[in-house]
Amino acid sequence: MSEPDDRWFDEAAGPLVRPYAMTRGRTRPGNTDLDLATQVVTVWTENDSGSLSPEHQAVIELCRTPLSVAEVAAYVDVPLVVVKVLLSDLIERGDVVARAPRMANNLPDRNLLQAVLDGVRRI
Amino acid sequence: MVSVESEAQGAAMVIPTSVKVLVAGGFGAGKTTMVGSVSEIPPLSTEELLTEASTDVDDLVGVEEKTTTTVALDFGRITINPEIVLYLFGTPGQNRFWFMWDELANGAIGAIVLVDTRRLDSSFPSVDFFERRKIPFIIAVNCFDDAHHYQTDEVRQALALSAEIPILMCDARERESSKQALVRLVEHALSRVPATADGAR
Repeated sequence: MSEPDDRWFDEAAGPLVRPYAMTRGRTRPGNTDLDLATQVVTVWTENDSGSLSPEHQAVIELCRTPLSVAEVAAYVDVPLVVVKVLLSDLIERGDVVARAPRMANNLPDRNLLQAVLDGVRRI
Repeated sequence: MVSVESEAQGAAMVIPTSVKVLVAGGFGAGKTTMVGSVSEIPPLSTEELLTEASTDVDDLVGVEEKTTTTVALDFGRITINPEIVLYLFGTPGQNRFWFMWDELANGAIGAIVLVDTRRLDSSFPSVDFFERRKIPFIIAVNCFDDAHHYQTDEVRQALALSAEIPILMCDARERESSKQALVRLVEHALSRVPATADGAR
């Protein structure tokens, strides 16, 4: 027996799943060093991913090739703070590894800048 | 930082390192256009959530009212080589989102400040920000078709910029033009690194 479509909400009501529901209410990642440009990549483990949320699993799938935190957020379509919490969980589990941006310590590096310069001249 | 690249299983996996360049400027100066014209992928957009306590005083004493605002962030990428990826971040245009600029600017190579000569004053906050934090930046005057064309000296004077800050004219819609701005910025950043600071790498 099918119920009539009596949904009281519509697009204007906003997302039905509150963003922080995906993070079980956590608004800060355990790993606070994740920068927008930090590279993250999935590593092959024997970990059971069955207990993970669909969002965690989506991140694992996506990061089979290295991506920045910002890219993961854009592709999974969740706010940055949410993706940082998800990634932080996965890093803790060992499913994902991260590499901080090279100049995170703000020390300029001539070799790096020269490589970047050569690269942008080629595009 | 969890620098655990050595733990990465699977023999030849290389985790690239990333570098950041910011594209700043007032609202409508062409930031997203410039990011899009040099990026190798269509510009991506993501959101940051900003939860702020309401400043309104109301009758609900003891009940904290909070509102959540989202700040959109546009960015693009350029793969420099298998080891280095460059990300171009357009900075949020509104001044109330300064807190995001700090994360964006942390470790950035530098910034391209896009200037619309019809609204010069809208670029002052960006110039101030990078000057104060000693982050290398250049000025790219986005030559809109209907805007009066100024000489670089006039722009330098109007923005009260010191002589060493590069200023160039550009068309943010044109890939080659945006590329030149990027090249100029990296050259400028490189020129500011003393040779003695050469890494041992």
